[in-house]
Amino acid sequence: MMPQIDEEKCDGCGLCVSVCLNNGLVIVNGVVARVEGVDCDWCTQCEIVCATGAICCPFEIVIER
Amino acid sequence: MISKLELLKSSPYFSGLGSDELEAISRFVFEKSYNNRAIIVLEGETAEALYFVASGVVKVFKTSPDGKEQTLAIIRPQETFNEVPIFDGDVNPASVQAMTEVLLYGIRSRDMGNILHTYQLVAINVIKIMAGRLRHLLALVEDLSFRHVIGRVAKILLEHAVDGTSAGPRLTQRDMAAMAGTAREVVSRSLKNLEKDGFIKIDRQRIIIKDREALSNIVSPLFETKVTDG
Repeated sequence: MMPQIDEEKCDGCGLCVSVCLNNGLVIVNGVVARVEGVDCDWCTQCEIVCATGAICCPFEIVIER
Repeated sequence: MISKLELLKSSPYFSGLGSDELEAISRFVFEKSYNNRAIIVLEGETAEALYFVASGVVKVFKTSPDGKEQTLAIIRPQETFNEVPIFDGDVNPASVQAMTEVLLYGIRSRDMGNILHTYQLVAINVIKIMAGRLRHLLALVEDLSFRHVIGRVAKILLEHAVDGTSAGPRLTQRDMAAMAGTAREVVSRSLKNLEKDGFIKIDRQRIIIKDREALSNIVSPLFETKVTDG
């Protein structure tokens, strides 16, 4: 599972790439892309630093049975 | 990377100034770089300079005596921090930490004073910027002090929870902040508090509700009355 990316909103600033502790993001052709095979810790730092809302880390909310 | 002159041109601090004036001000600008996670400014210490982020990102935060951290702002390229102690001459009211490798451009306090005396337009710009900062902080204070945001976050969690047998909606902390009418930072703090109390568990991309009844109690009007009265 990796953060969701909206390429149209991405301005390619690369801040999300620089905060990702797992090196799971990369800028390709001016927009952010996920690095295949990298597991995400869901720290949400990429979402925090993104000024355009291009990357997000949604949570599934479940009730423990 | 943005040059000193380009940064000054794009900064609201120096909006309206001509090329010669910007060139003159750029002589006061110094560079400083920091590694990821480095503490740039420490709360309570004497302030050295007004900083502009040239590249990277930093967070402004306060820490309570028991170690709880509250993020006040995320500062991105071409934005500034450390205004308050530079202009009132007091100590740093908050700490600042690098979230990435960071390059800063700075103007020392005494130099900024000279710039303000020389260029009246900069002083007017400063007033506008400080008013904007005050508005942002007032909104944060309102959320942290007067609103029962944790109750609203608990309500959102209960309303969007599924039992695990079917896929439910997925919410970002930004989504929850928009729903609760608050800042993302406040949602983050509320979730941490709910987890600390054992009501939820955050397991990567899942928020697991461990104590539904406790969450319902937080949501109930009775709880809000108790908090208001207490």
